[in-house]
Amino acid sequence: MKLGYLAFRNMVSKPLNLLLSLLLLLLSVSLVTFVLQLSQQLNGQLSKNIAPFDMVIGAKGSPLQLVLSAVLHIDAPTGNIKLKEVAALQKHPFVQIAIPVSYGDNYKGFRILGTEYGYLDHYDAELSEGTHYEQPFEVVAGSNVAQRLDLQVGDSFISSHGLAATNGETHDEHPFIVKGILKPTGAVVDQLLITNLESIWKAHDHGEEDSHDITNPHEEEDKHHDETLNSEHDTKKEITALLVKFKSPLGMVQLPRFINENTSMQAALPGFEIQRLLGLLGSGVQTINGIALAILLVSALSIFISLLKTIRERKQELALLRTYGLSTGQLLRLALLEGLFLAFIGFVLGWFLGRLGIWGVSLYLQASYGYALKLKAPELVELFLLGLILALATLATLLASRSIFRLNVAKTLSDG
Amino acid sequence: MVETLNLSYTYDNSEALVFPDISLIPGEHMLVIGPSGVGKTTLLYLMAGLLPTLKGTIAIDGTELNTLSRKEIDKFRGEHIGLIFQQYHFIKSLNVSDNLRLRQSFPKNTNDTKRRYELAERLGLTQHLEKKVNALSHGQQQRLGIALGLIHKPKIIFADEPTSNLDDSNCTKVIDLLKEEAKICKSSLLIITHDQRVKSHFKNQVVL
Repeated sequence: MKLGYLAFRNMVSKPLNLLLSLLLLLLSVSLVTFVLQLSQQLNGQLSKNIAPFDMVIGAKGSPLQLVLSAVLHIDAPTGNIKLKEVAALQKHPFVQIAIPVSYGDNYKGFRILGTEYGYLDHYDAELSEGTHYEQPFEVVAGSNVAQRLDLQVGDSFISSHGLAATNGETHDEHPFIVKGILKPTGAVVDQLLITNLESIWKAHDHGEEDSHDITNPHEEEDKHHDETLNSEHDTKKEITALLVKFKSPLGMVQLPRFINENTSMQAALPGFEIQRLLGLLGSGVQTINGIALAILLVSALSIFISLLKTIRERKQELALLRTYGLSTGQLLRLALLEGLFLAFIGFVLGWFLGRLGIWGVSLYLQASYGYALKLKAPELVELFLLGLILALATLATLLASRSIFRLNVAKTLSDG
Repeated sequence: MVETLNLSYTYDNSEALVFPDISLIPGEHMLVIGPSGVGKTTLLYLMAGLLPTLKGTIAIDGTELNTLSRKEIDKFRGEHIGLIFQQYHFIKSLNVSDNLRLRQSFPKNTNDTKRRYELAERLGLTQHLEKKVNALSHGQQQRLGIALGLIHKPKIIFADEPTSNLDDSNCTKVIDLLKEEAKICKSSLLIITHDQRVKSHFKNQVVL
């Protein structure tokens, strides 16, 4: 029989002690790993998504909201801006590229984004099958959308108004056709259905025409006439936001201020806004980590107390083992094995619980924002945590088993 | 098998316990008899190397305990000495079978299943092998205590008051059992007791 087996039997022979120590360990480990994973993955997701763009221009409102809606697609837009107003910016010397985006419709909760090809290039989104959109009402689907809605090239669907999957108004007249599916990018593109700007404009123009249709059919015809022949119509075209990448760092300094002070639009810097948001999250993360650390210390204390108690209770058994020929060192090893078993099991269970939490949050985020979190293998920092816990357990056990060295075998056995 | 010379032991702040010399040849049995309080158990623990030899010498099977380090004494005891206690001591988290298996595992890792079953059968413990030790009756616990003293076939078995708390018929039974098992293991048996009933069973006797 190995010492390990005896240590294991000893550990499970006190189920209530075991349960208490395990629960405390489980709680602290799951908290730490969960919060670490969550903040790390959110951080990574956010950074990756804002990386391609330096500035967003949209309607006046909260800058954070503008960034969240136009770049990350997790909030409602602040409003629309006239395409004409930003046209000049697209040719500004400080600007490398400016990509208009327009949105406001969804298909089963996934946003339909009207934009230019440049948008896909900036996220390194490549086609995995099919072709790019060319005509209005042709879309390419992000990998996650395609997977979740089981979309194939050639499928068609009807979009509905608004950004959430509710029973809102539908655009029955203009079904979209899936022309291509994108490879996974790990960025927001995976959650989007991407089409050209005209599709968005036409879907909504048509809505207006419908209402006109009833009151004045002639006006409708005139308008159609205008649209095809008169470029003046362009002046009415609206987009939701303009995503800008600067050519020169000077742009970062001058343009946002200029736009905010001199136009009816606002410019927001995604890097800055997200940093601010993460700063807020960061203090929350630190608080939770602090709590988890406190629980960890309490769990080490609980291991210490329960081992101290059992070593006292088992004094005679330890003396008996000495008569069997076990040395003091072997008895110490027995106690250490028990403490370390407990710590290790606690860590493993806690780790799984933490991942279970991530999975749960991922399901929620996926359902409400279209973002998914990854279930990652143990990471270096988590192995450090394991090391810390094993070290604490070793310390607690050594402190608890000091009496082993002072064990008077003869006296203990006679005292019975 | 056991040779002691000029042995005495002093506990803190008390008078010295002086023991007569003991000489036991291999395969023979011996009874050390004396009233309570004369240091019988102390003598047993001295011979088992559980107390340090302060004065005099003890040799077990030709090995003088004084010459061994603490760790070597632990190992020597585990291998060559079997102890049967007045109060039974078991590992409570293990069942009967695992208690026996544990005794076989130290200091030499052996797992002699056949020996375990034979011994359990002779001591009437076969049906109780999977039971927790706390679930055993008093008599079963005593037999398990005896089994733990000799499962590893020690050269010498020390038994401390094995017959106290037993009625006459059980007393005779236990002594016969000890003698029989010692014979099977080819071990020497040294019993320490105040129980006068045991006297008639042993030729070799030392009075404390």
